[in-house]
Amino acid sequence: MSDVVAALQGAVYDGFAKVEAAGPRGMITVKGDLAASVLKNATTGVAGVDFPGQGEANCVGEKGICWMAPDEVLVLVPYAEVPDAVGRMEKVLAGTHHLIANVSDARALFFVSGLDAREVIAKLTPADVSPSAFRPGQFRRTRLAQVPAAFWMRDAETFEVICFRSVARYVFDLLKTAALPGSEVGYF
Amino acid sequence: MLILHCPYCGVDADETELAPGGEAHLKRFGPDSSDEDFEGYLFHRENPKGVHFERWRHANGCGKWFHAARCTTTMEVFGTYSAQLTEPPKEICDKISGKRPGWSWRIFG
Repeated sequence: MSDVVAALQGAVYDGFAKVEAAGPRGMITVKGDLAASVLKNATTGVAGVDFPGQGEANCVGEKGICWMAPDEVLVLVPYAEVPDAVGRMEKVLAGTHHLIANVSDARALFFVSGLDAREVIAKLTPADVSPSAFRPGQFRRTRLAQVPAAFWMRDAETFEVICFRSVARYVFDLLKTAALPGSEVGYF
Repeated sequence: MLILHCPYCGVDADETELAPGGEAHLKRFGPDSSDEDFEGYLFHRENPKGVHFERWRHANGCGKWFHAARCTTTMEVFGTYSAQLTEPPKEICDKISGKRPGWSWRIFG
C-alpha cells in the first residue's frame, strides 16, 4: 500500500496568523433528502455529532457534519475510517434515493489560527466574517479570491478551510499573503 | 455590486459569488414548433430599462439556480425566488407594483 499524502502536507506559515496545511482528512459527500430521518441517522451514526441545520457545521475533533446545500452534507471522519463509514452509511441508506461519494483525496484542508485569523479570511472572501455574523458552528461555502472554498470555525481563533486539491497551492499562497506580517488591517 | 439572497441556502451572496443565467421564465420551443417560436426562444430577449427578471446560480456556494427580480437602472433588488416557479410570486409582483407602478415585463405586470 502506498502512503497517503495530503496536498502540501505539513506546510506551515507563521504570519500574523498561522496557516497550516492539514494531513489527510476523510470527507464524504452525502446527497439526498436532508429531512429524512434515515439520512440523518446514517450521517450522525458515523460522525457522532448532531445533524446540522442550514448553514451550520457540527464538528468535534476530526469528525463532523457540514451543511453544503439543501440536498447535500459533507461528513468528516478520520481518513482511515472512510471505507468503514461509507459502508455503514450505504447499509443504512440502502433502498432510498441517495448518493455517497468519498471525496477525501479531491480536497485540501487548511487551518488558519490566531487572534487575527478572521482578518486573513476576510481579506479573501466576499462573505461576511465579522464576529457578529460568523461564529463557531456556522459554515460558509464561498470563494477565496478566484477559487471556490468553504470554511468553518473550530473555535473563536481557528478557521478550517477546505478547497479542491488541484488549487491547494494557490489557496495556501493566498492565505500566506493575506497573513503577511505588517499587512494587518485591524478591522475586527 | 449586486447582493442577492439565495433562497436555497439563505446566504446573502455577493455578485462575485454568483453566475448569471440570463433571462428568466423563457418558454422552450423545440422540435415541431414554428420557425417564429423557435427564433423567439433562441434569440429574442428583453432588454428593459427598469424591472427585470433573471436567473442566477449560486456557483461559489450551494450551487443552486434561482430567480431574481431587480431594477436595471437602480440595481434595486425586489426579491429572489425558487427556480421551480414558472412565474414571479405574488408578493414580489406586489412589491414591484408598490415601487414601480404600471410596470410590465413580457406577460407579467
